[in-house]
Amino acid sequence: MSSGLRTQVGQLARRSVLRTMRQPAQIVPALVFPLFLLAVNSGGLKSATNIPGFPTDSYLTFALAVPFMQGALFSVMNAGTDLARDIETGFLNRLALTPLRGAALLSGLLAGAVVLGLVQALTYLTVGLVAGAELVTGLGGALVIVALSVSITVAFGTIGLFAALRTGSGEAVQSLFPVFFVFLFISAMALPLELLQTPWFHTVASVNPVTYLLEAFRSLLFEGWEPEKLALGFGIAAAVLAAGMLAASTALKTRLVRT
Amino acid sequence: MTTKGGIEVERLVREFKNGPRAVDGIDLEVAAGEIYGFLGPNGAGKSTTVLMLTTLLPPTAGTARVAGYDIVREGPRVRASIGAALQEAALDPLLSGEEHMRLQTALHGLPKTEREERGRELLARVGLSEAADRKVGGYSGGMKRRLDLALALVHRPSILFLDEPTTGLDIQSRTALWEEVARLAAEEGVTVFLTTQYLEEADALAERVGIIDHGRIVAEGTPAELKADIGRPTVEAVPHNPAERERLAAVLERFGPRAGTSPRGAAARLERGEAQLAEVVRALDSEGIAIEHLQLHAPSLDDVFLAKTGRSLEGSGDPEPAAGEQEAVGAA
Repeated sequence: MSSGLRTQVGQLARRSVLRTMRQPAQIVPALVFPLFLLAVNSGGLKSATNIPGFPTDSYLTFALAVPFMQGALFSVMNAGTDLARDIETGFLNRLALTPLRGAALLSGLLAGAVVLGLVQALTYLTVGLVAGAELVTGLGGALVIVALSVSITVAFGTIGLFAALRTGSGEAVQSLFPVFFVFLFISAMALPLELLQTPWFHTVASVNPVTYLLEAFRSLLFEGWEPEKLALGFGIAAAVLAAGMLAASTALKTRLVRT
Repeated sequence: MTTKGGIEVERLVREFKNGPRAVDGIDLEVAAGEIYGFLGPNGAGKSTTVLMLTTLLPPTAGTARVAGYDIVREGPRVRASIGAALQEAALDPLLSGEEHMRLQTALHGLPKTEREERGRELLARVGLSEAADRKVGGYSGGMKRRLDLALALVHRPSILFLDEPTTGLDIQSRTALWEEVARLAAEEGVTVFLTTQYLEEADALAERVGIIDHGRIVAEGTPAELKADIGRPTVEAVPHNPAERERLAAVLERFGPRAGTSPRGAAARLERGEAQLAEVVRALDSEGIAIEHLQLHAPSLDDVFLAKTGRSLEGSGDPEPAAGEQEAVGAA
């Protein structure tokens, strides 16, 4: 990476982090809402652990994977809304008048998602463990959980950037939130895949990548080191990141029609 | 070929899908160090022209050279030579003035050792030193516009584009900005391309003015030349008795066509200039119309606009869509 590009990425990353830290309205719901749902689900669905074949005695541990996914969904909204606001206010035009490269803009914007992802992952994990969740893989597993969570947050953030660049509208980006939430609900969110008895739901959940992201987290929480599940989790995150960056880069070229 | 600090435009066109030609074959030249005023109502094509000249919107047809560089083929060189404060101060409300300067100086590639000093110098120049560490969200409209101007100057551009820089500002902020723009041109030789819908702004600042309407330049010259070209002053009279307003208007119309609106009286553009004033007074006297107020107005740029387009500039425009809201047809 040339020093010019490094400077551009660094400065835009700094701005993105500052913006994120100065908007409690972005951070607080992304922390509180998933933890609230965790508390409700782990209390209300506790008896699910009595189902034969349920993989753990602690529904809290099972459900702790879900906040990491919900946090990633907030990153779609936050990263996309920030960029959409730049388009709406003309700030993107200001940036376009500088020798800024597209790659620097997208990477810099995702820096805010990295910070938010890190804060989210540490909070969810800490609260979960304090509340009594297991972590059979120990400190190493905790580090991998944080790494996977940040990777997924950044990967999903690129979808937010793409939506912002395509639509130029913060409202349009925010309308994606319920759509993504549906993906979460039609996954193995509440029960393990093998215990989903309704055929169509099992089929849909088994092709839903969210299921495998949840399984990667769960393997670290209560199964032990499962290289295949981790590879699949990180692989899906990498694929979403690559596809999202490609789509966002293409949309940026259309949006920034500078000669 | 255009000089390094000048602008040369030939038959520049911009079309948008499902819309008329926003810019319809304009030609213009701006010399290095000149302040050029681009005057027209909303929707006339001013902002679209600026977006094309600043390389943010490709033209549909025609050519333009800015600072000696072609706007289509040499976009990066054009951008390196220009500064721009576009319509609506595009600032981040969550960042401070100082943080804006740091970002802008870094993105323009200023050496690290110079960034802080350049930022401080420009903030001081636009009178924002004391507010430098405050978030821009708390700035007034005038402060935002001044910061916008400072940001446009970080890389010492030879040409400055200002798109309606004083729209919405109070007269004090407007005057302060005019002084800074005039100083930039006079002391630093910066070429200024200024769009405005304020007649007094073009009159006060611009050495030459181009009047644009429906995407076409309808008149061009110095403000004095344009007014001289129209050459006819307006006489406005207010009757002592409001009931005699129509009779008064009829008398004035003997000396020239009605001009604009006078809230309590009538006005007419004098066919043969101010020499007719005495005749007007005699005619009113012989008709027995008592006059409360009589005033001769020198021709204004609004008169020029009226003469060239048949409409008054004030309030005659349509909203000009932003580039991002429009779909291009055959972008070059």
